[in-house]
Amino acid sequence: MIALLWRDLRLAMRAGGGFGLGLAFFLIVVVLVPLGVGPQTELLSRIAPGIFWIASLLAALLSLDRIFALDFDDGSLALLATSPLPLEGAALAKAIAHWITTGLPLTIVAPALGFLLALAPEAYKYLLMSLLLGTPALSMIGTFGAALTVGLRRGGLLLSLLVLPLYVPTLIYGAEAVRRGAQGLDASGALILLGVITAGCFAVLPFATAATLRINLR
Amino acid sequence: MLTVQDVTCARGGIPVLSGINFEVAAVQALILRGPNGIGKTTLLRTLAGLQPALAGKITHPEDEAAYASHADGIKTALTVEENLKFWAEVYGNPIPESIWQAFDLADLQHRIAGTLSAGQKRRLGLARLGVVGRKVLFLDEPTVSLDGFSVRLFADWLQNTHLAAGGVAVIATHIDLGIDAPELELTPFRVASDKDGAADEAFL
Repeated sequence: MIALLWRDLRLAMRAGGGFGLGLAFFLIVVVLVPLGVGPQTELLSRIAPGIFWIASLLAALLSLDRIFALDFDDGSLALLATSPLPLEGAALAKAIAHWITTGLPLTIVAPALGFLLALAPEAYKYLLMSLLLGTPALSMIGTFGAALTVGLRRGGLLLSLLVLPLYVPTLIYGAEAVRRGAQGLDASGALILLGVITAGCFAVLPFATAATLRINLR
Repeated sequence: MLTVQDVTCARGGIPVLSGINFEVAAVQALILRGPNGIGKTTLLRTLAGLQPALAGKITHPEDEAAYASHADGIKTALTVEENLKFWAEVYGNPIPESIWQAFDLADLQHRIAGTLSAGQKRRLGLARLGVVGRKVLFLDEPTVSLDGFSVRLFADWLQNTHLAAGGVAVIATHIDLGIDAPELELTPFRVASDKDGAADEAFL
């Protein structure tokens, strides 16, 4: 599992691996929104939590179809399926690698961009915490979606349609935690629910992903 | 070591081969022959456990099988050594030093796999079999795009390193590998394409 994780990270860093693509996309969305909305700091600070979370969702979505498609095309997925590494472990390693290359960098960068959207100073802490708790779920759900569409040509669009509705709970509680933080309210409830969703995803989806892959490899 | 009893295997839900029986003892190889589309790949995938057999029983020692498909599973952005090292780690083995000589990869060790020729990639794909340390190998056309010298290199490795150490191999190939092994012609096991039941399966 560790070997697969390292391999995927190394591949992401190499030429054409797409590391930083999601991050760059996130940066651009967050920079474009204030340009589109105009210089209304009050409105911006009100929509900031939602924008941050929607940008994270889309950034995570961007690189999902690569998770299994490349391995499927070059045959290494079939070889992995017959290796001693259980597919459940492979699914988990893939999700973690995806998170390290997309979710983690944007979690780190997001607080630095708060000023662009006039985010309330109290909310920075909650933005960081909610992204840290919520983005792993995005990667895990996305890995499952990628497994569902792995054999399909141009499965990327279908993948988005499948995965985005599943992102709704994470989006709601993630944005809610930041909003409550910005208003000085207690955000612990939303953060706990966010953590619960992530934990639930990691408990169940590796098995669902592996089962889906087995069917798709037949 | 490998026993196949009355196996029926299917492609896309439609049975293609049925009633296959054979046994391969240690230190032996079996060569599968048959025209394109007869189901050699399907049979090998079934043997390797990638798809279930519709009927019959396949027995081999647990956790001792490895499969090599048409595709090599090579990551073109990694070096030759990194590719092999990954599989070695997945299977929990060190890379045997002899592998670089056995597959003539010593000069290519630090090259990016994407810059290799088709035949060199194939050699790298086959070298993977040397690091997995498995006794039962299922090989699907292992010599595609290899030149005569590399075919001999591979046959040598198979005979003198893998089989000699008590291994077993089932190989689908169209050429003469030059190893001493019985052949199994698959044509008699073909299932007539319009047989009853086949269509029902396909709809499921």
